[in-house]
Amino acid sequence: MGRITLEKVTKSFGNVEVIPPLDLTIEEGEFTVFVGPSGCGKSTLLRLIAGLEDVSSGAISIDDQNATELPPAKRGLAMVFQSYALYPHMSVRKNIAFPLKMIKMDQAEIDRRVEGAASVLNLTDYLDRRPGQLSGGQRQRVAIGRAIVREPSAFLFDEPLSNLDAALRVGMRLEISELHERLKTTMIYVTHDQVEAMTMADKIVVLRAGHIEQVGSPLELYHRPRNKFVAGFIGSPTMNLIEGAEAAKYGAATIGIRPEHIDISETETKWKGVVGVSEHLGSDTFLHVHETGLTEMMTVRVTGDVNLKHGDTVHLSPREDLIHKFDAQGLRVD
Amino acid sequence: MARQVTSKRKALNTVLAWGIGLLIFFPILWTILTSFKTEAQAINDPPIFLFFDWTLENYQVVQERSNYGRFLWNSVIIAGGSTLLGTAIAIPAAWSMAFVPSKRTKDILLWMLSTKMLPAVGVLYPIYLLFIRMGILDTRVGLVVVIMLINLPIIIWMLYTYFKEIPGEILEAARMDGASLKEEVLYVLTPMAVPGIASTILLNIILAWNEAFWTLNLTAAKAAPLTSFIASYSSPEGLFYAKLSAASTMAIAPILILGWFSQKQLVRGLTFGAVK
Amino acid sequence: MATQHSRSAARMMMAPAVVLLLGWMLVPLIMTLYFSFKKYLPLRGGDLGWIGFDNYVRFVSSSAFWPSVSATLIIVGGVLTITVVLGVLLALMLDQPIWGQGIVRILVIAPFFVMPTVSALVWKNMFMDPVNGLFAHLWKFFGAEPIAWLTEVPLSSIVMIVSWQWLPFATLILLTAIQSLDSEQIEAAEMDGAPIIKRFWFIVLPHLGRAITVVVLIQTIFLLSVFAEIFVTTQGAFGTKTLSYLIYQRVLESQNVGLGSAGGVYAIILANIVAIFLMRMVGKNLDA
Repeated sequence: MGRITLEKVTKSFGNVEVIPPLDLTIEEGEFTVFVGPSGCGKSTLLRLIAGLEDVSSGAISIDDQNATELPPAKRGLAMVFQSYALYPHMSVRKNIAFPLKMIKMDQAEIDRRVEGAASVLNLTDYLDRRPGQLSGGQRQRVAIGRAIVREPSAFLFDEPLSNLDAALRVGMRLEISELHERLKTTMIYVTHDQVEAMTMADKIVVLRAGHIEQVGSPLELYHRPRNKFVAGFIGSPTMNLIEGAEAAKYGAATIGIRPEHIDISETETKWKGVVGVSEHLGSDTFLHVHETGLTEMMTVRVTGDVNLKHGDTVHLSPREDLIHKFDAQGLRVD
Repeated sequence: MARQVTSKRKALNTVLAWGIGLLIFFPILWTILTSFKTEAQAINDPPIFLFFDWTLENYQVVQERSNYGRFLWNSVIIAGGSTLLGTAIAIPAAWSMAFVPSKRTKDILLWMLSTKMLPAVGVLYPIYLLFIRMGILDTRVGLVVVIMLINLPIIIWMLYTYFKEIPGEILEAARMDGASLKEEVLYVLTPMAVPGIASTILLNIILAWNEAFWTLNLTAAKAAPLTSFIASYSSPEGLFYAKLSAASTMAIAPILILGWFSQKQLVRGLTFGAVK
Repeated sequence: MATQHSRSAARMMMAPAVVLLLGWMLVPLIMTLYFSFKKYLPLRGGDLGWIGFDNYVRFVSSSAFWPSVSATLIIVGGVLTITVVLGVLLALMLDQPIWGQGIVRILVIAPFFVMPTVSALVWKNMFMDPVNGLFAHLWKFFGAEPIAWLTEVPLSSIVMIVSWQWLPFATLILLTAIQSLDSEQIEAAEMDGAPIIKRFWFIVLPHLGRAITVVVLIQTIFLLSVFAEIFVTTQGAFGTKTLSYLIYQRVLESQNVGLGSAGGVYAIILANIVAIFLMRMVGKNLDA
């Protein structure tokens, strides 16, 4: 259960086409992440799948049933919202029970399921509190609890972690990943954070302006970005993109090299520059190298013990086999 | 400012603020006090402030002589009826504008507000004429309708600003959770909006209760509410201070109490959300 | 953003309010316009035919017109000045920490809840009466000759009554605005060495600018149609006939509907000029 197919789906608001014709299949049990910069249409796409927006044309099917015209309630999907969207006037218990109440489930079964979800999510002690009395992380768990009790065919997550602070975010990321391991239910997860996408996804869908730029596993996207956009979007710090004469040497309009694929040396090598800011993370250091004559600034990842000061000259050598080449249209050339 | 202030300065501020507060409140206080005096004491020279023979006689006289009860009842029907009718029409309208906004929502809201700014005197005669033709001059029904219409924009605006604060995602969550439109409104929207709806109703009862243009011009004997009842005391033969005070106190007491409850919501309601 | 289904439901639910308000606006407005071009005297012959812009010309050329404009301006201007200035001072005062703040607030707000006929009547008889009014007693106490307020200084008296009614409104809104001022801003100014007067002038007052504008605009709309206070106190005598009271007299007292309607059209135009500014402010807030 939980195979979702989009066929030539489009969405326009007035005259503005936010999603041009789009095809996508999400396999059963897959953890799919929609990622892209803000305004890329990823949330809209999720809302189309949820049924909170009508498609302008095309078809959506869930488990080979045409769901295009179905109202949200009939699609068998559960959603976790960015703001958690908990019902503030209901206790945690009632919040979690609400979807079950709506399908008029037997009260004993409701209680059983709510207790079950609460113990999985460490909410047992909070069942009689109101959402307002909970911390951000707890609210997030209540929202997830409300989604899992229905045993939906797929979960939809709309940037669920963006309201949490950094430490909690890492924790919740793991919890959601574990939840997926345990339930094996299809999950669609929207985020603008490529780290979340890389760490959680089985399959990443990179979107820009409603277009799918690339679909693939995290490592596929990292190693073989299909175009300049994906290359720049996936990976942190971002890939260095070099145009002009240097790129021409490789027979490309643009070449890209990731910061972790550049080595530094004392002796004269291919490229040379002046060290600006060094960001020390302890394990690694990110050097900002200026005056290379190639780009405004190049980021180079070196080990944490490299000791270079502001203003030092540094020699750089990219690992030739890991240079990405792109043509004038920005598409990858091999 | 959560800053500590010396208690000497606080004491000084307190005295000043209480002094000014009492000065502003004084006309009301004086009216209430006078209502318990005899007519002779009410115009005593020099005026007596507290040490007079307290009496309830004025209230009895006003009750008996001018049929206060009927005016009060008219006020209750007109203020309550127009508010409830207006709220019933406004809730669905405000719901749509807050949760299903379109490009024209803003224009519609501003246009509704603009109808509130039509000077009443400019349309007095047409309304007067229509009322005669329809046979609703000097009826409670007529006034309920007119006062509902003049306050409808405020009701819609207030509800709109309250509904707007309910995140749309919560209603969408209900939809995802399998709630029908009816269940969504009943179990999720309404419980969340109750405080807003209550304060909207409260403020509009106050505005309707005190409305004094249409109530003076469209009523005579039958449907006149308290505003007209009090105005009838302006003729010289009604000039008895104690009785005037008793009548006034009775006319303002209910609304003074309601008003104190609603003071927190007043600002927002009266500025159409422009100041919060 | 929503589905087709919810959009059509929304239109249905909005329809009653829109239709009612549209009718409430258009029907009387068109009738007023219609009458304004007619010689129409319901008690003296009724409809006496079309007369073009005669009513408009006669309304402004009548001897009562300019005095009524000036009375209107004095009342509106006077009340606005008093309520805004005192309102700012009161709001600053109520923002200070004091004992019994809640009660003082209630005392200050109370006049707003008093119906206009009551406040007019109470002021007229119990305070401004030249024989038995409290002011007369006060004047005598200090050895001065009591003033017949509503005949000697009628406009000032009305300004005073109306100001008393509207001061709470101004105070309440300005207080809300002051309380929304970020205290860090004041503290930053204090760190920058600004003395209290300058802090008020350069930080508090500009912050209040928007609220003051709202107060001025909303009050202007209500003050332009002040009615009960005049109706109860002077009935428009002693130079207290405002533009709206003049129109009221033309229509209901002298039953010259055509002439009154032309006046009504002027009043509508005037109110709309103020309204446009108010709507701009409200509209801007709507986007935020």
